[in-house]
Amino acid sequence: MTDPILQIDNLNVRFNGKRTVHAINDLSLKLMPGETLALLGESGSGKSVTLKTLLRLLPERRTGLDGSIAFDGTDIMTLSGKRLRSYRGGDVSMVFQEPALALDPVYTVGDQIAEAVMRHKGVDKSEAMATALDMLTRVRIPSPERRLKNYPHELSGGMRQRVMIALALACRPRLLLADEPTTALDATVQIQILLLLRELQREFGMAVIFVTHDIGVAVEISERIAVMYAGQIVEEGTTREVIADPQHPYTQGLLAANLHDVAKGTRLDAIPGAPPSLETRPDACSFAPRCPLALPACRAELPPVKTPGPRRRVACLRAGQPIAAE
Amino acid sequence: MSATDTARSTAPLLSVRELKKHFPIHGGILGRQQAVVQAVDGVSFEVAAGETLGIVGESGCGKSTTAKLLIGLTQMDEGDIVLDGRRLGPDMSLKALRRDIQMVFQDSYASLNPRMTIGDSVAFGARVQGLDDPQGRARRLMARVGLDPDRFAGRYPHELSGGQRQRVNIARALAMSPKVVVLDEAVSALDKSVEAQVLNLLADLREEFGLTYIFISHDLNVVRYISDRILVMYLGEVVEVAPVDDIWNAPAHPYTRSLFSAMPSMDPDNRTTKPPLSGDPPNPIDPPSGCRFHTRCPMASEVCKRKHPVLGRMGQGSPHWVACHLHDPASGHPKAAEGASV
Repeated sequence: MTDPILQIDNLNVRFNGKRTVHAINDLSLKLMPGETLALLGESGSGKSVTLKTLLRLLPERRTGLDGSIAFDGTDIMTLSGKRLRSYRGGDVSMVFQEPALALDPVYTVGDQIAEAVMRHKGVDKSEAMATALDMLTRVRIPSPERRLKNYPHELSGGMRQRVMIALALACRPRLLLADEPTTALDATVQIQILLLLRELQREFGMAVIFVTHDIGVAVEISERIAVMYAGQIVEEGTTREVIADPQHPYTQGLLAANLHDVAKGTRLDAIPGAPPSLETRPDACSFAPRCPLALPACRAELPPVKTPGPRRRVACLRAGQPIAAE
Repeated sequence: MSATDTARSTAPLLSVRELKKHFPIHGGILGRQQAVVQAVDGVSFEVAAGETLGIVGESGCGKSTTAKLLIGLTQMDEGDIVLDGRRLGPDMSLKALRRDIQMVFQDSYASLNPRMTIGDSVAFGARVQGLDDPQGRARRLMARVGLDPDRFAGRYPHELSGGQRQRVNIARALAMSPKVVVLDEAVSALDKSVEAQVLNLLADLREEFGLTYIFISHDLNVVRYISDRILVMYLGEVVEVAPVDDIWNAPAHPYTRSLFSAMPSMDPDNRTTKPPLSGDPPNPIDPPSGCRFHTRCPMASEVCKRKHPVLGRMGQGSPHWVACHLHDPASGHPKAAEGASV
């Protein structure tokens, strides 16, 4: 068996300040090389914080971190200086939700891509520009030679996201982190970007963690899905398993709320209430207050993690029981 | 469906005719007008009492501008709005129109006054319009949308979650006892689990108060769930309108088909393999000639570049309207004869 490209064990992330927020609580995750995983969850569930932790982008003075993260066997929690810089953008890179904010407005897109290539690959400007041109072609930007000299504001939203992807992949990372890269795009553009990412993933053979709140997008892009709630992974499995046989009541509720093929006029099985504030570290099931199946035990202690299959897990005392129809 | 039946038998509650709004763009050192954004260009539709009309389209298609024109938040350049037989202008003041048509916006926080308690916010409109007992009204409606007035009336918007704030906005809209409520991406910013709660609430309120909704959203699943009819816009124009099942099962306009097939499949064994369209929607500043969709349309022919298609019925008496040369045998489009089959 091959070694995982990424292994996260018992990660905890706490933001200190006027208010303490326990953003990630005991998160463990394993990703194999070339695998595409969707991190699915609602706002505040800790999806983006997980990605930022992986790149060590969180402000160190205000963040309490513990647990371990190993990328290809290297402990990234202790990286610093030059090695951290080569890890960021070289081994692992990220595509953000808002390319308009992530790209530098005062440099042409060609210069931005070339700068990253020169920094990481140690090549000269003309070779880096050639790589930039090659990348713009691969992300299917029409007339790429001309676009190299464009500034970000001269491009449409879909084109900017293609540039962002070209930039992220220019140094051939082995892991790509994508933080809701299609959320700000129109439907007809979103599907183009998803298909492009799927194709490039196959071509480059990299592993991908794709953060999204949209189940439909997760199904289009990923082989595996991990569902997050209140800073924890509550369910994980292959996309097929999670869609066809969701076992955590939260996952079941999310699927019902997606409204895919719901007959008009039927009442929705809405999950009541709202996610917890995470001011204290959860010491019971975080979903219990909203759960239709909750037992007293769910409110007394952390739920057991059941493993109904290989690499399949559900953090629920009552896993496997469907929500009773009323 | 009862709502669509009434649409055929009685006069529409709301009728919008040839609505037009062009935004001039000024530039240069003299600030001269340099271009025009044709945000809404000749939009007409009707909504029957008790019906929900869904409006879909991509960004820049003019759906939100249409909503703002309906309640006079943006002044129209041309067009007519007729509500309940009264025409805006000659028969009805803007103030009266705004009492009968209320709107709920996407950003629940930006649409509430941060310095007013939510109890006061809900009561404010009723007080301005001179309705009796605005405070009592506000408390009853807050309770109705699921916010206990004793706990919530004294709070400020920042003390509420997004879902709760959107409930406040809905209560505020209902405080005017409106006939029509325009919901402009009203559930789009909410998390999925909260969105389902608000959709259930909207369905209950429609029943209880006999409301008519205009529901604008980019989420086709949501629009399909809540609407009786769907109207599709592209670059400031209506390209197709039809009862929800008709348009869902047999979309007629090539743009509608592309939009529907761009939806994620939700089936891991049967994923989308080919994007239905390439490129981004063109800029509404300088829309393409003829049919505005011809630059991205897989069925485009010579006539589409020259001639602007008119919105017409798919067949005699059909409730399905489309603006496409393919469905007009007299258009001169080479595939027009096959019309519906392609």
